[in-house]
Amino acid sequence: MTSGKTDGFVVFDRVQKSYDGETLVVKDLNLEIARGEFLTMLGPSGSGKTTCLMMLAGFETSTQGEIRLDGKAINNIPPHKRGIGMVFQNYALFPHMTIAENLSFPLEVRNIGKSEREGKIRRALDMVQMSDFAGRRPAQLSGGQQQRIALARALVFEPELVLMDEPLGALDKQLREHMQFEITKLAHSLGITTVYVTHDQTEALTMSDNVAVFNDGRIQQLAPPEELYERPANSFVAQFIGENNKLEGVVETIDGDRCTVRLDDGTLIDAQPVNVTQAGERTRVSIRPERVESNPERLPEDAHLVEAEVLEFIYMGDTFRFRLRVGGKDDFVMKYRNAQDQQRLEAGQKIRIGWLPQDCRALDA
Amino acid sequence: MALPSYASPLQRGWYYGFRVLCGLIFVFLMFPILVIVPLSFNAQDFFTFTPEMLALNPEGYSLKHFYDFFTNPDWQHAMRNSLSIAPMATLVSVSLGTLAAIGLSQSHVPFRRAIMAVLISPMIVPLIISAAGMYFFFSAIGLQGTYWGVVLAHAILGIPFVIITVTATLVGFDRSLTRASASLGAGPMRTFFKVQMPLILPGVISGGLFAFITSFDEVVIVIFVGSAGQRTLPWQMFIGLREQISPTILAVATLMVGLSILLLTMLELLRRRNERLRGMSPT
Repeated sequence: MTSGKTDGFVVFDRVQKSYDGETLVVKDLNLEIARGEFLTMLGPSGSGKTTCLMMLAGFETSTQGEIRLDGKAINNIPPHKRGIGMVFQNYALFPHMTIAENLSFPLEVRNIGKSEREGKIRRALDMVQMSDFAGRRPAQLSGGQQQRIALARALVFEPELVLMDEPLGALDKQLREHMQFEITKLAHSLGITTVYVTHDQTEALTMSDNVAVFNDGRIQQLAPPEELYERPANSFVAQFIGENNKLEGVVETIDGDRCTVRLDDGTLIDAQPVNVTQAGERTRVSIRPERVESNPERLPEDAHLVEAEVLEFIYMGDTFRFRLRVGGKDDFVMKYRNAQDQQRLEAGQKIRIGWLPQDCRALDA
Repeated sequence: MALPSYASPLQRGWYYGFRVLCGLIFVFLMFPILVIVPLSFNAQDFFTFTPEMLALNPEGYSLKHFYDFFTNPDWQHAMRNSLSIAPMATLVSVSLGTLAAIGLSQSHVPFRRAIMAVLISPMIVPLIISAAGMYFFFSAIGLQGTYWGVVLAHAILGIPFVIITVTATLVGFDRSLTRASASLGAGPMRTFFKVQMPLILPGVISGGLFAFITSFDEVVIVIFVGSAGQRTLPWQMFIGLREQISPTILAVATLMVGLSILLLTMLELLRRRNERLRGMSPT
């Protein structure tokens, strides 16, 4: 990505950020967001994702590099002239104004006439199904309702880009899932570009076109949700997204997209090389609990099987979960769908498990 | 809080003793003020209760001291002075104090605590010291004995109140509101007047009321910094006590107590309104 290239609607070009002049919170960030894209910045706290959002909004300045919006560098534009809508974690509704006044605020700033303002406010409230609440004050609304108003206020002046900083963090689980769906639907129907920050991976996977996984001030992987889950690029992403079993060992043989790994206790397993290139390298393999197979008949003939001992059976309603001892470690998890024909294993039972090589990824150690 | 059934005799004793103690403290605080109010309606020129007053005989009461206050040119001059000095001193205190409080609440300002301590110091330094210092300083720059000299001196006394009350409201002020305002397109000035100011207004007003009362009640500094032309009500009362003991002083005192009660009631109503707006209490 070179300077002056304007493919993305939003472009972070070699952006760095340091608060104290010594440690970098954001290290060499390059990111392009297409017009109309729903991008989620996902990462643990302190990974730099919120700092990136704040730099885009203009509330933090970048120490190095350039941020471009629609081809124009915005580093030297103050936040109130950027025209970016923003939804805050705590909603940040003005408590001394009614809902209608809150929505009217950005329109008054833009000198929009009274009748046009009223039309826009009504449409925005309709959009979030809150038309009956125009005369109330924020304190009279529930958390979910305030969230909708915050969303309506960020959209009422028709920005092309909307930023959301963990907007659903304070809601209960059911409401959160409902709002995830509504926000995605709204963003896509309006065709606005959305940058969404969260530490909740379910939110990231269900809502986004693309997810940027942040850790340690860098983007670890930028990919659509499916690719992120199925093909994590390194062990951080593998561990952070969903649940993963990790086993450590040394690459024994490597042949194209197949390899075998000798685990530390001597067991040989099948895997797909991702971040390893030659035999003898140390690696950490990761396997999703739902891709572990305990019925050898469903695996290919030449699959390497692993001895395992069932330590615990956990009934989770829609799934069965087994904790196994594999390769000398007792935190290996296997997951089954709760189906009629599914066998239940008892604690203490010795079984043989295996997996398809492409489901087991040999990553960096 | 009712006494629980398992309370020991000692706890019972303390339960009632505590209430008696609180009552005594209230009496101690209120009695000197309460006694002044009926005395100011005295029909005689005495500072004591006459037998007619004690018998609740209407003959013993009159409004003549109030009448004297509203007709005597000395008192009227003092009242006009007080009413022109106190509001102006309040205005100066509120403007400067609010700005100082907002500035000092920002974490990037260096030496915040030291600056705050200096600005608060007029509250702690003995008045007579401030007064003597201001006298010499104001004389040197030609402010001694002028209206603006007294206004500035009183503003200095009022600023700490404004800083303290505004700083307290700013603690509860959500910084993301100013960010939200900016994200919606409002510049710093609009954000200040439309978002920040309405929300910290109760702190600003209560600071202003304290500043007003401080200036309105102040006697030491005005004697040093002012001249005969700036003689305020407290100063006139002070002179009255020394030279001609007249119950008109009691009438003025009653009026000033009434004004203070009025202002403090306003303060309480404002506080409730603010709590309601922030959703801290049901509407």
